[in-house]
Amino acid sequence: MTSTLTDNGSADCFEAKSLVCIRDDRVLFENLSFSVQPGQALVLEGRNGSGKTSLLRILCGIRLPEAGVITWNGKDVFKLGPEFREHIAYLGHKDGHKPDLSPLENLRIAQGLGKAKDGIDLAEALEQVGLYGFEDVMTRNMSAGQQRRLAIARLLVTDAKLWILDEPFTSLDRMGIEHMERLFEAHLERGGMAAMTTHHRVGFKDNIQLIRINLSER
Amino acid sequence: MSTLSLTSAFGLLLKRDLTLAYRRRAELVNPLLFFVLVTAMFPLGIGNDPVLIEKVGPGVVWVAALLSALLSLDAMFRSDYEDGSLEQFMLSAHPVSILVLAKVLAHWMVTGLPLFIAAPLLATMLHIPGNAIPTLMLTLVLGTPVLSLIGSVGVALTVGLRRGGVLLSLLVLPLFVPVLIFATDAVHTAGVGIPTTAQISILSAMLVGSLVLAPPATAASLRISLS
Amino acid sequence: MNVFMRWFHKMGSPRYFYTVAGKMIPWFMTSFVILLLFGLYYGLIMAPPDYQQGESYRIIYIHVPAAWMSMFIYVVMAVSGLISLVWRIKMTEIFVISSATVGASFTFLALVTGSLWGKPMWGTWWVWDARLTSELILFFLYLGIIALHSAIEDKRVAARAISILALVGVVNIPIIHYSVEWWNTLHQPATITKFDKPSMDISMLIPLLLMALSFKLYYGAVVLMRARAELLERDRNTRWVQELIEGDAK
Repeated sequence: MTSTLTDNGSADCFEAKSLVCIRDDRVLFENLSFSVQPGQALVLEGRNGSGKTSLLRILCGIRLPEAGVITWNGKDVFKLGPEFREHIAYLGHKDGHKPDLSPLENLRIAQGLGKAKDGIDLAEALEQVGLYGFEDVMTRNMSAGQQRRLAIARLLVTDAKLWILDEPFTSLDRMGIEHMERLFEAHLERGGMAAMTTHHRVGFKDNIQLIRINLSER
Repeated sequence: MSTLSLTSAFGLLLKRDLTLAYRRRAELVNPLLFFVLVTAMFPLGIGNDPVLIEKVGPGVVWVAALLSALLSLDAMFRSDYEDGSLEQFMLSAHPVSILVLAKVLAHWMVTGLPLFIAAPLLATMLHIPGNAIPTLMLTLVLGTPVLSLIGSVGVALTVGLRRGGVLLSLLVLPLFVPVLIFATDAVHTAGVGIPTTAQISILSAMLVGSLVLAPPATAASLRISLS
Repeated sequence: MNVFMRWFHKMGSPRYFYTVAGKMIPWFMTSFVILLLFGLYYGLIMAPPDYQQGESYRIIYIHVPAAWMSMFIYVVMAVSGLISLVWRIKMTEIFVISSATVGASFTFLALVTGSLWGKPMWGTWWVWDARLTSELILFFLYLGIIALHSAIEDKRVAARAISILALVGVVNIPIIHYSVEWWNTLHQPATITKFDKPSMDISMLIPLLLMALSFKLYYGAVVLMRARAELLERDRNTRWVQELIEGDAK
């Protein structure tokens, strides 16, 4: 189990300062600032088109903000590059795995691309998301919900501290959603951080700190 | 636990792409078939005068190789773009240039490398002298990776666009011209028995140059296309 | 050095650039017209006819400066692109696309005048001469940049994409040039290079340089005009543009 303390003993911190995002000549949001500490989850709310996905993509570094800066432990993430990326895992709208590979093969790739996590077996990760028995099935033959679970399994095989999740519960049924919420809770309780958007009410335990930002009200 | 070493990550991605290509192996033969077909079209178009055909032979083979490369370039990043894997590469803990190099290598092994197999057949069809066939094969082996590397920059810039295919040709064909010129010259020169060290050296230099310069340019272009 | 840095920084501000550029354009335009008239006068009327090519050589006074401009503008475009990618300065982003169309036009002009030059000499409208072929490929490179820019909807992303393309192009241009020269000597006896410049007497050199300078001024004027237009479009929802519109409306 990795600690989230940095070398000099202080906790990791993910911050954004004065972010501005413009799309199609509309200012989606400006002067957006927040700070996420271990154990906290940033929950983005807002209407469709309010910029939730754009903000998440900015937080990952896939998209450049028009202005503002994002820091990881005080250093600009664009300057850190791979050093920052090894601490994050992103789950976007698309699942991000190959339909022509098996779940196990897909997870092996995901693990190889990031920072592999100690003590987790790939098959174990599949079990944790409820895909026990699907190790060698062709991913294209799985249902949408099952493929979403596989995408979530990807989060479990890397040692990412910050999970950036865009509508993670898409295609999942009621039970699946609750199951995943428990997984996310566990991550947060271990000192991880999350930034997520979701359409439904997040049912985390009360001891988890949520930072809510509503992009429609800005 | 730590990240994989760079070579392991490279190898992992290479293996992934080769596995994926193998799982769709029915499609593997298309670039090669296209290459042979296009070459066969030329005598039909310009007449069966052996003297004329022999004159244009190397050029025809290489133009066909360019077109074949162009046709198969689009597949380099498209499926990864569509299922979201490409985004995951950009977020990898490894430098994107190395991941790109792995992908380009896999793509070339599947679409470019096989072309040299057709060289003897095409040489026969186009009356290319026997002593030029090894040179033809060598130019294909040296030149097609350059096409894949230079092409990868163009594909990266157009991967998000709807009808990127036509635009891709415009972006990439002018950059292919040097390869075309030196490769065909090498084959012509070999055909008359003169040593081809100059042309082959230049082709090799282009290969080394594009190996070094193309992956970072492609990585930057992917970043721009995905934002 | 300090003054330059401050000026450079100021030029990065859209509103400042817009006003200053607006004042500079008439100067560029008038100097262009003056030099053009002088250049044409000296070139078409005053300079003596060439002993080999007679009067028809005079088209070089447009062809050669146009070809020089096509290369010069590409380099300026690539440097702008590099600056915009590394330092992310918006004005340099705009310079890339603003230069592309002018550059393409000069390349086209060089091609057409080259073709016109060839007709009285060799009876054909096109020859695969090394220089013309290089110009043709350069033309395609320009078209690629313009096409890529219009294919991408988000103009900020488009600007970055063409910056990379321009850089890739500028690295490849010497290679393409060299390979076309190589190709040209292969298929042609070494004796005649088709578009031999007549040996340059000073009376021929002066109009050439005048024309070259006038073209540069034209480029200056047009690129500033295009940059202002592009800037207005990209910034159309910002306050300074709104104020500008309201100010004009009064």
